[in-house]
Amino acid sequence: MKVLSEDRTRILFEKLTKYIGVNVKLLIDRPDGTYCFREKKDRVYYISERLLQLAQTVKPEHLVSAGTCFGKFTKTNKFRLHITALTYIAPYAPYKIWVKPSAEQQFLYGHHVIKSGLGRITENTPKHQGVVINTMSDIPIGFGVTSRTTAECRHADPLATIAFHQADIGEYIRSEDTLI
Amino acid sequence: MGRKAKFDESKVVKKGPGRKARKQPDPIFRKELLEDESENKKLSHRQKQRAARRAKKKAEIAEKRKALKQAKKNVKEKKDDNENEENLNSDQEIEGGFTDDNKKWLTLKKNVKTKPKVQSESDGENEMSSEAEQDTDDDDDKDEEDAKISSGKEKYKVGTLDDLFEDSDNDDEDENKSDNENDTSKLTYDSDSSDEDIKDNDDEDDEGDDDDDMLPIEKANVKLKKKQKLDKKLADEEMQLNISKQDIFAFPTEEELQNPTSLQDIHQRIKDVVHVLSDFNHLKQEGRSRCEYTDLLLKDLCMYYSYNEFLMEVLMQIFPVQELVEFLESSEVSRPVTIRTNSLKTRRRDLAQALINRGVNLDPVGKWSKVGLVIYSSTVPIGATPEYLAGHYIIQGASSFLPVMALAPQENERILDMCAAPGGKASHIAAIMKNTGALFANDANKERTKAVVGNFHRLGVVNAIVCNYDGRQFPNVIKGFDRVLLDAPCTGTGVIAKDPSVKTTKDQKDIQRCFNLQRQLLLAAIDCCNAKSSTGGYIVYSTCSILPEENEWVVNYALKRRNVKLVPTGLDFGTEGFVKYRHHRFHPSLKLTRRFYPHTHNMDGFFVAKLKKFSNVIPEPFKDEDDEAAETNDDKVAQENGDTNSTEQKDIVANSTHTPLKRLAPSEAKEPQKRKKITDNNSEESKETVTINAKTNKKHRKKKNKIKGKEGNLLAGISSQENNSNKDSETQTPNKGDNSNKMDSENKKKLQPHTPKLAKLAEASSEVKTQAHVGTESPKAKKNKKSKVKKGNQVNVINSLPNKKETNVSDKVQFEASKKLKNKLKKKKKIGQINEKNKNKETKFQKMDQKLKKKGKSK
Repeated sequence: MKVLSEDRTRILFEKLTKYIGVNVKLLIDRPDGTYCFREKKDRVYYISERLLQLAQTVKPEHLVSAGTCFGKFTKTNKFRLHITALTYIAPYAPYKIWVKPSAEQQFLYGHHVIKSGLGRITENTPKHQGVVINTMSDIPIGFGVTSRTTAECRHADPLATIAFHQADIGEYIRSEDTLI
Repeated sequence: MGRKAKFDESKVVKKGPGRKARKQPDPIFRKELLEDESENKKLSHRQKQRAARRAKKKAEIAEKRKALKQAKKNVKEKKDDNENEENLNSDQEIEGGFTDDNKKWLTLKKNVKTKPKVQSESDGENEMSSEAEQDTDDDDDKDEEDAKISSGKEKYKVGTLDDLFEDSDNDDEDENKSDNENDTSKLTYDSDSSDEDIKDNDDEDDEGDDDDDMLPIEKANVKLKKKQKLDKKLADEEMQLNISKQDIFAFPTEEELQNPTSLQDIHQRIKDVVHVLSDFNHLKQEGRSRCEYTDLLLKDLCMYYSYNEFLMEVLMQIFPVQELVEFLESSEVSRPVTIRTNSLKTRRRDLAQALINRGVNLDPVGKWSKVGLVIYSSTVPIGATPEYLAGHYIIQGASSFLPVMALAPQENERILDMCAAPGGKASHIAAIMKNTGALFANDANKERTKAVVGNFHRLGVVNAIVCNYDGRQFPNVIKGFDRVLLDAPCTGTGVIAKDPSVKTTKDQKDIQRCFNLQRQLLLAAIDCCNAKSSTGGYIVYSTCSILPEENEWVVNYALKRRNVKLVPTGLDFGTEGFVKYRHHRFHPSLKLTRRFYPHTHNMDGFFVAKLKKFSNVIPEPFKDEDDEAAETNDDKVAQENGDTNSTEQKDIVANSTHTPLKRLAPSEAKEPQKRKKITDNNSEESKETVTINAKTNKKHRKKKNKIKGKEGNLLAGISSQENNSNKDSETQTPNKGDNSNKMDSENKKKLQPHTPKLAKLAEASSEVKTQAHVGTESPKAKKNKKSKVKKGNQVNVINSLPNKKETNVSDKVQFEASKKLKNKLKKKKKIGQINEKNKNKETKFQKMDQKLKKKGKSK
């Protein structure tokens, strides 16, 4: 558990801003104690200071995970958000997409969201914006990046991709071993 | 659904304006149609029989009346006019309907009368019977009275009785049977009337309505017949009873036992034997002891349910036979799937609604849980719905709720789950704490911690630290927890339905390994807990085993060695823990623990104990004779070091030269094994070593090392064996390369009773992917060595059988030499030296193999 370097912190926050915008600062300034990001084996964990102190009693080689894993830095030093971050991203995300029940399963198997499966979309969503994907009953099931704006969606082809798949909760089953 | 036909027209269908008026009225049937229907209705077989009987009886009655009349005429002539008149009146009264003229009419009326009664038999029965009862009571009273004192009518009745009796005697048409009946009828009339009352109460049927038209004699006749019927029935029953009692289960012969015919037969035999054992004194076969029956039952149960004998024996000690069979039956069927609502993300009602919409048939698990749901059936895979993936629920056995409920976590506490994987109970704790405080989820198996992490993230648990320690080391890492949950690894005898391999794979060793580990874990868990915590200081110990060795005994052990006491678990169901089990007498407070069985609670077999720590001081370790004695007897393989506290353990590690004396003597006398303790500072894994010597093919050597490793994991144990065997031979080679063989041969001789099992172990070990490691060796060297050793082992195992006898002779000669060698070896403890001799060792093994092959060929 080490503190993120300046560089990596910037990369991480840039990525988070893509999804939750200015709400990033809500992750840091919380009423229920200070929270921080820590890095362990390129994985980034979001953890409260109090819990962090306890976690430091555990030897690094025996520590498997502490707090919530947000994602990992790739070898090319890019940050990749994991599905485990959904707990924190979903409530803060300003832009959302709702998929129809028929398209839920498709998305959960790792496919993109296509126009025919699109139930609702937040107004004024820009292009290439990170969005959280919900079911029609408001259960967050993953996140992705829009391929076109809300306006363009209206006139899109039924098979056109609306949002690119990035992570979905199906990964909990599909890739449990590589989750963190 | 169509219209409902209303057959009784008494109900008038409302007519009038409004929406309902437009509804199509009920169909109306013509009267003829209805009548036809009722007339054509077929009589049932019984009804026909009854009708036939009724007709016959009527004919008889008519005949008798005629005869009676004639007889009466004779009597009448002798009597007074007055009386004559009276009689005439009464005759007319009675016989009004029975003259030839009226006969037709009478039958008609009866038909009409009886028909509805037959149809509504059950309705009218009560009334009829009460009426009939009154009638018969009256009759009885009258009979008891003196005929002469009573009125003329009654006199007449008595008269008729005699007359009829004589008549029927004289009558040609009457058969012997009817004679008898009449005889007895007279008797019954004389006998006590209470008898008849009872009889009447018992069986009154639709014939009762004929009573009005019957003469008293006929009534008597009817009653008599009933009584006879009843008697016959009783007699039959008694007969049956006698037969069943006489049908004592015949003990099968040897041949029958040798050649079992079918599982059905065995099942029947199990039932019979259980029946016999339930009332042994009466049902036993002469000259058979209870032992023989129980042995037979044991074998049959093993065969029928495919258990090994050891486990079945243990189970027989836990349960009485009837319950045992129930337990075994319910261990065959799996428990219903239950899920636990994740209260961090949703509520049970919402979840239930969402799942019902997906086509899942579910119900709340019971009043005792607010988060559990039972799944009866489902059209979708319950482990892959979007709700599941979104972390709204987790699939978890109902029994797994119990330890957490017993633990009763509070918010903002620091809680430890010592054996957490796959995280079901730990996430339950987190949910109850509402993500506050801190939760340590520990598991010894690194692979399984991944499941914990996955589940925690899916369920949105953010206050958890997942770590990967051996639970026994945990007090060294961090202490001072408010509550500790220890769901210890166990033999799994409570979850046989889930994992049927338990039936055949477990033996005494496994159980020992388990409870030794459990004791150490429980002590570690107690050490982790903070007695001074304002809210907590509780430890919950649970297993999914039902064996008292792994449950009560372990808790009892902890009670003696730590400042803890048992407190009520807070679970309002489940059976109390054992206070007595065979020769064990546990602390009386063990009553506060709870046991759960598949056959009584329809959940997995489970054990929950809640302990409260009242002082952080670790009391001086003392030797408990009871425990120790038991251990000495049982403990043949696993060297148990949990009876000493942690500081003592360390001492042993440091010295690590001798096993405690108390255990050595008796067990060696019983089971001659060479035990040697070698400390391995580098490896922490538990060591139970089995070396199969290469040359003599059957040389097994057991080494008792400190159990320091992971929870008695068999695989780990086995894999570590190989390393140890390496070390073993390595240490030998430099000193006396030749002597090692001798020593092994000596060992082999001693260990012969064990060889089959060990051979199996070795086989298993060769299959198991090796995991353990020796710290100082480079991985590559390790690998090479292992593979070679493996090969050697396999060959040995294969060849082991034919060589058995030969080696015995030379063994004695070599005994002393080997003894000397051993002493030397004991003194030599530094494993570091081993590494240098790796090469020597390997070459030696190869040589051995070659020799072995030659030997095998020559033979």
